[in-house]
Amino acid sequence: MPARISVAVTDAPVDMAAEIAALGEGRADIGAVATFTGLCRDEGGTLNALRIEHYPGMAEAQIVKVAQDAAARWPLLAVRIVHRHGTIRPGETIVFVGTASAHRRAAFAAADFLMDYLKSRAPFWKKEIAADGTERDWVAAKADDEDALGRWS
Amino acid sequence: MRILYFAWVRERVGRGEEEIALPEGVTTVAGLIDHLAGRDEGYAYAFAERDTIRAAIDQELVEHDAPLAGAREIAFFPPMTGG
Repeated sequence: MPARISVAVTDAPVDMAAEIAALGEGRADIGAVATFTGLCRDEGGTLNALRIEHYPGMAEAQIVKVAQDAAARWPLLAVRIVHRHGTIRPGETIVFVGTASAHRRAAFAAADFLMDYLKSRAPFWKKEIAADGTERDWVAAKADDEDALGRWS
Repeated sequence: MRILYFAWVRERVGRGEEEIALPEGVTTVAGLIDHLAGRDEGYAYAFAERDTIRAAIDQELVEHDAPLAGAREIAFFPPMTGG
């Protein structure tokens, strides 16, 4: 059975419990669910928020593509990815990745792979808003994140 | 042809999108970048570091040597910082 892939790009908060429950809903063949949650940090109290810009349409399409790549590499039963845009406060979720498989190794590896690809292949850009409300610069892409893709080739 | 700009590319060119008629002789993404960079200071600044700029044609990532023929929507943006 092909993996059930579901993607959302939203400005609404992520309901983690509901997302995890939905991954395995209505099926009894899933033996492992791995999740990754990316959160907004306050950078030692200096950050008020992240403002995340995205490319509507392409963002969803790229995430689906990465999820399909993961499903082609590992025997996944379900993949759920939620990526937020708009204003995110410290402590809030930026991204949620959930992978379900019969066994744990595929679920862990696929979640790791998905995050590596989302970092540098999903069209989102983060601007930092300082504690005093002023705009800081755009978060720069890290060479490490690009290099990380080499782990999977 | 519709052109979209995101993040600091958008801020530097001073707009999020525009419609342009492709000038004669501009056939690739790199050619379009050259054309846009010649417009004014803001565009020149946005495209100053050519190698840093990422491009998408009809929402698919492409290299700068990609042909523009048949494209409806071109987007320019900095390296992505998803996740």
